[in-house]
Amino acid sequence: MNDASNGYLLSCRGLQKWFGPTPALRGADFGVRPGEIVAVMGPSGSGKSTLLHCLAGILTPDEGQVSFDGRRLDTLNEARRSELRRASFGFVFQFGQLVPELSALENIALPLLLAGRRRSVAYARARRWFAPLGLDGLEDRRSGELSGGESQRVALARGLVAEPRVLFADEPTGALDSLTGEQVMDLLVDGARELGTTVVMVTHEARVAAYADREVMVRDGRVSDPSGLTQAPSGPNGAAPTARDVSGHRPTDPTADPAADPTAS
Amino acid sequence: MSVSYALLGLLEQRPSHGYDLKRQYDEYFGRDKPLPFGQVYATLSRLARDGRVLAEGSSPGEGPERKLYAITPEGQAALAAWLARPEPPEPHLQTILAIKTILAILLGRPAETYLDAQRHAHLERMRELTAVRREGPLLDGLLADHAIFHLEADLRWIELTAARLEQLATELGGPGRTALAKELHR
Repeated sequence: MNDASNGYLLSCRGLQKWFGPTPALRGADFGVRPGEIVAVMGPSGSGKSTLLHCLAGILTPDEGQVSFDGRRLDTLNEARRSELRRASFGFVFQFGQLVPELSALENIALPLLLAGRRRSVAYARARRWFAPLGLDGLEDRRSGELSGGESQRVALARGLVAEPRVLFADEPTGALDSLTGEQVMDLLVDGARELGTTVVMVTHEARVAAYADREVMVRDGRVSDPSGLTQAPSGPNGAAPTARDVSGHRPTDPTADPAADPTAS
Repeated sequence: MSVSYALLGLLEQRPSHGYDLKRQYDEYFGRDKPLPFGQVYATLSRLARDGRVLAEGSSPGEGPERKLYAITPEGQAALAAWLARPEPPEPHLQTILAIKTILAILLGRPAETYLDAQRHAHLERMRELTAVRREGPLLDGLLADHAIFHLEADLRWIELTAARLEQLATELGGPGRTALAKELHR
């Protein structure tokens, strides 16, 4: 468990991913420590979103490995990965991706409901996010009745409501104006810091990246770290952790349908 | 300041006379602001005084325009250090960053690496300013925001230029072209 000895909560090594004949990742190394906020930057098509999706277990890499909390993530089957995502990961995407048929409250409660929490518990916990995010009174609105900034704050609350170990954000302010984007980022960083949540955030915007503790660059499917903190550890990988039940330490929900996972897009 | 490094960079390509240096400078860096002859020779004599260039082939009494200037090892070292060193992330760096990028391409040095270092320096500064804005009173935040947006303009230029390095190298046609292409396709 080299990456655990590096202090990484989540890391990958030698990641390769192809879409047909096109390489998206060509040997990507990356690591993030507990509680750290890291911005993943790079031009369009550089592979930064693919990297995020591989780290989050949404995509399976063709080569290389992903480790979370000292265990292999890439070798899990889809059901296990889906469980892990629900138990430990939160997501915020460029366009909130709220479920349009659900109210703001139901949207925020969704990760808890999918994780098998009781309805009353899920709603009570979801409700707690409205005041700090400035969403008071919007509980029953559907996404079509929310402004861009409100939608993105609902999406942020949904990403954090289950108190994930890692929050994955992909262009979290992408569609917002400067001031609204700033508010969302303030809330994202404050929320993550308060929960101790680690954040991996893809952005092409420097102003957004400036909220992170550090940035890495993705170019042509490889990661470079200008601060030199995520150099791949030297030497071959020793005893590779097996796919030993990553989700075993969490309550599981055998009835949940992985296909219904809103994060699996 | 940047003029002397620009001249050093041109001299690293090949020894040259003051007139040719001016012509090259104007072609690459001075398109909107040609370099006066007086400044060319003043800069060259300062560089010679500091041991960064040698003036050859002139007999005493001859004017500076007859001399052939060549870069010294000290000059090469100073140039390399300047190219690799990110500029302090202040607003209004366009000219100096452009000079560095063009020189790097002409000389076959890693332009992309220099731009990465500059981006990192800019982002470090933006992080500081973002912290000021988030933690301080709004009055400080106003000034921080202004600086942040100027840095952002530089960063956009850095991104765009990084994406255009190959095109730029083709247009300049310098010896750096092959090296750069190799770097980009490594």
